[in-house]
Amino acid sequence: MAEFDTAAQLVVAARKMREAGYTKTDAFSPYPIHEIDEALGIKKSILPFMILAGGIAGLLSGLALVFYVHVLDYPIIVGGRAHFSLPAFIPPMFELTILFAAATAVLGMLFLNGLPSPYHPVFNVPRFALASREKFFLLIEAKDENYDYAATKSFVEGLGAQEVFDVDE
Amino acid sequence: MIEGDHTLASVTDKIGDVTLKKRTPFHWFIGFGIAFMIAQALLFATVWLLANGIGIWGNNQPVGWAFDIINFVWWIGIGHAGTLISAILLLLNQKWRTSINRFAEAMTLFAVACAAMFPLLHTGRPWLAAYWLFPYPNTMGIWPNFRSPLIWDVFAVSTYATVSALFWYVGLIPDFATLRDRAKNKYFRFVYAALSWGWRGSARHWHRYEITYLILAGISTPLVLSVHSIVSFDFSVSQVPGWHATIFPPYFVAGAVFAGFAMVLILCIPLRRWYRMEEFITHTHLVFMAKVMLATGLIVVYGYAMEGFFGWYSASEYEVFMVKNRIWEGPYWWSYWLLIFCNGLSIQLLWFKRFRESEFWLFLISIIVSVGMWLERFVIIVTSLHRDFLPSSWAMYSPSFWDITMFTGTIGFFFTLIYLFVRFVPIISMFEVRQLLDEQQANEIHELEHKA
Repeated sequence: MAEFDTAAQLVVAARKMREAGYTKTDAFSPYPIHEIDEALGIKKSILPFMILAGGIAGLLSGLALVFYVHVLDYPIIVGGRAHFSLPAFIPPMFELTILFAAATAVLGMLFLNGLPSPYHPVFNVPRFALASREKFFLLIEAKDENYDYAATKSFVEGLGAQEVFDVDE
Repeated sequence: MIEGDHTLASVTDKIGDVTLKKRTPFHWFIGFGIAFMIAQALLFATVWLLANGIGIWGNNQPVGWAFDIINFVWWIGIGHAGTLISAILLLLNQKWRTSINRFAEAMTLFAVACAAMFPLLHTGRPWLAAYWLFPYPNTMGIWPNFRSPLIWDVFAVSTYATVSALFWYVGLIPDFATLRDRAKNKYFRFVYAALSWGWRGSARHWHRYEITYLILAGISTPLVLSVHSIVSFDFSVSQVPGWHATIFPPYFVAGAVFAGFAMVLILCIPLRRWYRMEEFITHTHLVFMAKVMLATGLIVVYGYAMEGFFGWYSASEYEVFMVKNRIWEGPYWWSYWLLIFCNGLSIQLLWFKRFRESEFWLFLISIIVSVGMWLERFVIIVTSLHRDFLPSSWAMYSPSFWDITMFTGTIGFFFTLIYLFVRFVPIISMFEVRQLLDEQQANEIHELEHKA
């Protein structure tokens, strides 16, 4: 794992690392950096589609709820409106759409990110505490196909990093 | 947007240290103590209410809705500015939201908590509200009526509270991770570690995180507009003169943002002083908020004019009577003119740079606007109900001791929560401020690429 001072250095180093053929890599930064997605080759997440599905599920469950209550289970005329009076049902259906979509967004994000994860090997590096403050880190995992301790280490040292660390499992 | 010579580290330290390192300032204890004492009034009023029933309140026929719904609408309106700042300004790419979104969202949550108490407690037996309000299958076979604006309200407000809480919490996850990494005290570190869910700032995580944040903003935008529209349906769907008007939804939403920005200013003017956050919440921020307040205030004034116009144009003798009764013939004329003074006249000062740039005047005008927005709901509700179709049932309304105690109590409760929030949670979003500083560094990347 290598430490950098600025986001710019991190992105440049990440590009070189990708060009060198490393794929099991990750970067850590104190705020989101858009350029890093392309530099590390991060694929677009399926999260937006999950959220869309969540929203549709919310809409349908809202519709099912009002339909069950007012048409199937207890049809009764209130205020001279039809049993299935759709315009009056729009507000609850709309709110459930939003609720389900928002819940899917947050839970989906946590799930896809594998959170909560109270332990992760990177936390073993004492300087890593600065990743949430001002420093930027680049990681190559030992699982990587091109990984070879000595070669990888000298490659990482050539990236212009501030400091290079070994991460213990 | 950020003044002073700041680096990523100094920004983080300055904001994070308020929570972690600095000694809790003495005025915090004073303020918290006062707020907490006032909050006891809420406990007192609630216990008395549950023991004796809602007969202890001043509302009765014909004014069947009074303090409970006035306060509900007032509080929920205040909450709207938080969502506006965090969601709509994010979508509009307004950089100035970054320093104020965190505590504006907290304000939303606490205001919604205060608001929700009134409809719940006005049932008199809130433990039965489970099947009165929510579609919960019970052995009595009773369902709520989904055609009723009151049930729409339940769905809107509960969704709003949930989504606001999610939005706020998602924004806090990276900041809790920062506090975890910086805390020296092991108990604090444990608590912040648990709250941050093991966030480590991985690029893959940030990628999904940003999608979530943006989509939450996208869906909160129609949500916030729907919530106050639905609150206004409580009135406009009925046929009471003075309530039955199509102007209500937009006029309520503008009023909500107006009241909310006033409350944001009331909170942030002292906060930036006490915690020396002038470099993050700059004069520019205050001026922008003043402008939003002026703009939404003018929409609200347009709403008042339209209400009068609708009454006249309807050619219905009840509507015409209501307008006259509300504005000059009725016994509550003073409340209408006080409202015009607070919401219509006082904000005209904001046209002038001198007032917009003075913290004192902004603070004063914000307080006047908060009073004015409360009066607005008082005028809409009480003056419409106290003289309705049947002269034989006309009566005056006055709040009882318990009405006032409960309302005061919610104000204390609100400020208690605000004080706790300021003490334990970073009041400004650290990672977003860091991202703002990064804009310069984005240029740097391009320069490096040119060289390479």
